[in-house]
Amino acid sequence: MHEVDMTRCLLQALEDWRDQHPVQPQVGTIHLLVGEFTCVEPSQLQLSFAAAVKDTWLAGARLSIASVPLVGKCLVCGNSYRPNPTSGYASPCCGHPLETILSGRELKIQRIDYSRPRICGPPVQANPCSQPTPSFVDPSPCTCPPATP
Amino acid sequence: MHMPTSDTVNLSLLAANDQQAQHNRQHFDAWGLFCINVMSSPGAGKTVLLEQTLCSLHNTYAMAVLEGDMTTQLDAQRLAGSGVPVVPITTGRACHLDAAMVSTGLHLLRQQCDPASLDLLWVENVGNLVCPAEFAVGEHCKLALLSVTEGDDKPLKYPVMFREADCVLITKIDLLPHVPADLERMGHHVRQVNPHCGVFPVSALTGAGLGDWLAWLGQQLQAKGHHQRNPQRPTSDRKQSALTTA
Repeated sequence: MHEVDMTRCLLQALEDWRDQHPVQPQVGTIHLLVGEFTCVEPSQLQLSFAAAVKDTWLAGARLSIASVPLVGKCLVCGNSYRPNPTSGYASPCCGHPLETILSGRELKIQRIDYSRPRICGPPVQANPCSQPTPSFVDPSPCTCPPATP
Repeated sequence: MHMPTSDTVNLSLLAANDQQAQHNRQHFDAWGLFCINVMSSPGAGKTVLLEQTLCSLHNTYAMAVLEGDMTTQLDAQRLAGSGVPVVPITTGRACHLDAAMVSTGLHLLRQQCDPASLDLLWVENVGNLVCPAEFAVGEHCKLALLSVTEGDDKPLKYPVMFREADCVLITKIDLLPHVPADLERMGHHVRQVNPHCGVFPVSALTGAGLGDWLAWLGQQLQAKGHHQRNPQRPTSDRKQSALTTA
């Protein structure tokens, strides 16, 4: 089941992405594009991912996998078409073999939905020259440790 | 409090493997060697083809083999009889070689020989028509084998493998009198998914067709060798002569 190794590659990419952030993001949904003309079975990838992220920093994250159809372009008639195995992947109008693939080979991390903790900065000193501003009341208590000035 | 947001990444799912494959490729190019990834289903004849090919090219090119198998080193032991350095890579549960495994194999190979002295590196992948097609190892060329006993519909059933291949060898043609295989139909199905790849029927047992395969290989080496040979490495007489007479 090569989806296990695909998952390992995915986790590596996500760790590299995470390391670009100053504070560890909490990942919600990872949006993947998986082409029809690849060796990846989305349900197997989901299973493998769910097992791999358990008790890790990605616990609770989910995969959203969008399938990308195989679309070929016939170089004889110029038409785009959906190749299928029963007709030998040939162009339906002129029977030309599968020459150019326009889509269907995608294996891509498209987008990551996440949330990041609000960083507590040092208290802002009031400008004595300015008008007093209404105090902001955060409805949810901040759990970040106190910022050191 | 957490702020929901979203990053558009547009990164290959296999980026980690692709980066390692690119790293391997940089080494291959710096060493001036040509790497061929040999793939097929189990039992299509990869090892015996390599035995015959190594024997045919032994006096022309300096070669080595990275031999992938899930378990055992039986194939590696067989190929070691050809007199070239062979490094076994046992993958355990993995059904293919990936770029990191090949990188490990290269480090082990350096204990046996100087890779810069080699012309050709063969990577015999794990027998499988699915996974190896997606995992690059840094190779210059992908070779797929399809034996006449497997049925002529395999290129349509496993199209990614045959689409990815630069060359397809239809093997075991010595068995044609005994199996209901249609060579023309097999070649046609390969070209349905990959119109421009080389397709050569061969028999490693009798040697039939091997000349065509070796001639194709010589053309690839000639095309690549001119711009990928390490300029700091003197061209061996063997290699130069092979290139000029190919």
